Amino acid sequence: MSAARPNGARLVPLLLALTVVVLIVAPFVAPRVLPPAALLDASHADHRILLQIRLPRTCIAFLAGAALALSGMVFQAMFRNPLATPFTLGVSSGASLGAAISMRLGLTFTVLGIAAPSLSAFSGAGLAVLLVYGLTLMKRGFPTAALLLAGVAVSLFFTSLILFVQYLSDFTGSFRVLRWLMGSLDVIGFRPVLGMLPFVVSGCFIVLLMNRELDLMSLGDDIAISRGVEVARVKKVLFFATSLMVGGVVAVCGPIGFVGMMVPHICRLLVGSNHRYVGPACVLFGGSFLVGCDVLSRSLIASADARAQIPVGIITALLGGPFFLWLLLGNTPGPGRVQDRSEE
Amino acid sequence: MGNSCSPQTPGIALTGLTLLCDVLAMTRNARPGSAIDIEGLSFRIGRQEILKGIDLTVAAGEYVSVIGPNGAGKTTLLKCVLRILRGGEGRIRVFGRPLTAYHQHELAREVAYVPQAGGTVFPFTVHDLVLMGRYPHLSPFSLVGPEDHAAVHRALQLTGMESFEHRTLDTLSGGERQKAMIAAALAQQARILLLDEPLTFLDPHHQAEVFAILRRINTESRVTVLSVTHDVNTAVRSSTMIYALREGAAVYSGPADGILKNDVLERIYGTRFHFLDHPFGGNPVLIPEGME
Repeated sequence: MSAARPNGARLVPLLLALTVVVLIVAPFVAPRVLPPAALLDASHADHRILLQIRLPRTCIAFLAGAALALSGMVFQAMFRNPLATPFTLGVSSGASLGAAISMRLGLTFTVLGIAAPSLSAFSGAGLAVLLVYGLTLMKRGFPTAALLLAGVAVSLFFTSLILFVQYLSDFTGSFRVLRWLMGSLDVIGFRPVLGMLPFVVSGCFIVLLMNRELDLMSLGDDIAISRGVEVARVKKVLFFATSLMVGGVVAVCGPIGFVGMMVPHICRLLVGSNHRYVGPACVLFGGSFLVGCDVLSRSLIASADARAQIPVGIITALLGGPFFLWLLLGNTPGPGRVQDRSEE
Repeated sequence: MGNSCSPQTPGIALTGLTLLCDVLAMTRNARPGSAIDIEGLSFRIGRQEILKGIDLTVAAGEYVSVIGPNGAGKTTLLKCVLRILRGGEGRIRVFGRPLTAYHQHELAREVAYVPQAGGTVFPFTVHDLVLMGRYPHLSPFSLVGPEDHAAVHRALQLTGMESFEHRTLDTLSGGERQKAMIAAALAQQARILLLDEPLTFLDPHHQAEVFAILRRINTESRVTVLSVTHDVNTAVRSSTMIYALREGAAVYSGPADGILKNDVLERIYGTRFHFLDHPFGGNPVLIPEGME
């Protein structure tokens, strides 16, 4: 907002420091504080809790948060609207449908070491992306409002299909899908972390590498092309990367909403528009943010029934809903103004 | 006419080449010397034919304007040259090489673009925006080097935007933003600059300023300019050649002062003009009838 120099170069290291602190502290707190000694002392009573539950959970939360925030950033830049995210455009629902189907069918195969739910979630995400992309191709200058509505339609369509899959499941299966749909970070051991890692890392790598293209595309496709960006090709690559990330996350955690909208927006307010800084900021802040939400959700259990778990998706939705409305009402400074840019 | 042949910029390696091009271009239809060469370009969007067999040649170093009423296809023409719009019939060559033989980033090293003002403003700083003009000169893994910074600095200097370098775009006025966009295009260091309504949404002060900047870029930096405009008066004053489009077809092509006839203007705009003597001499000032 102000006429200051970009803060990116100064703020990203700060975010990195914050992230390190969050990652170190998070496993030891909530719902019960564990002593640091438990980490190295194998005979300590809490050693297994820390290694099998707390640490993997923190890792999953960080990876998921980073991937969702970065995907959100890509969509916001490509569609030039802060409300356009994989969640709002139905990509998460597509991934969910893929994962739900593979759960229902009890698929257990792996391809190149990648488990069936991840693959089918990736396919679902890809399908949804194709739908959204197809819609934007159908008409040049597809109005953003119409795009968002189309996203809602795509999302509802996939959600109904998920309900149908649930309907076909027995009670336990149906309950499993339902719990998973709420967005959960409940994992045991490092296997899920390792399953998600390649998706998130490769996706992040591609996106962070394309920061210059994202800068130019956020000025508009025409300018980007005139500066030498192969926009059509870059879009395909970015859609692929986002599908990878969203698919990888959704297969394990379910559709965790709103992270991809809030985090990139806040990051832009913090570090400016330059994607060279916004990208890393989204990874760091998105990851820390979801770890923080998870700590919050675990603390809330402690005061209630110790066995009940508040899915982290509910926390992010409770934060994200009002944020979405705030953006929609346009009460944001400079960068995030929701405008219909269809007039170009 | 602002002649493009005055060899007043020593030290620029291109001068010799540009001069040669100019000489060649002066013998009319000397295609090898042309910066942009369009032959029989037709373009349709859906069923509607936007451009109908356009022939257009811009010699290197020239300032050429494309005029015509709204919806004549002027912007479409620019977008075809930039390959923002692909397909269509006919042939476009840039410096003698077919457009289709260029990679997009290669084309961007030859042709820069200042789009119509307006649209989204992401709060990039002016520096960031201008640095983005260096994109076609950078490979994915290369860092921004000293020559990139030099190009950015020079572009800011040429447009008088140095003091705005660290301001964000959302804090600038429309005129300042337009100058920033021109600086970004200049940082591309292309030999051809395409302009879409460069002066239209500016206040008189900024109109004069941007007009002067564009003239300077053309005459001193020897950048070939192809400008789409509604402003007939500035088009006549700045251009060596003018092309006029109406409903996608060329209705005039020739020297700039050739349009200063009411039958020509009526063919272009469907309206007649009054001719007023310009206070500083030269070509008269045009005022459309009904605007007296």
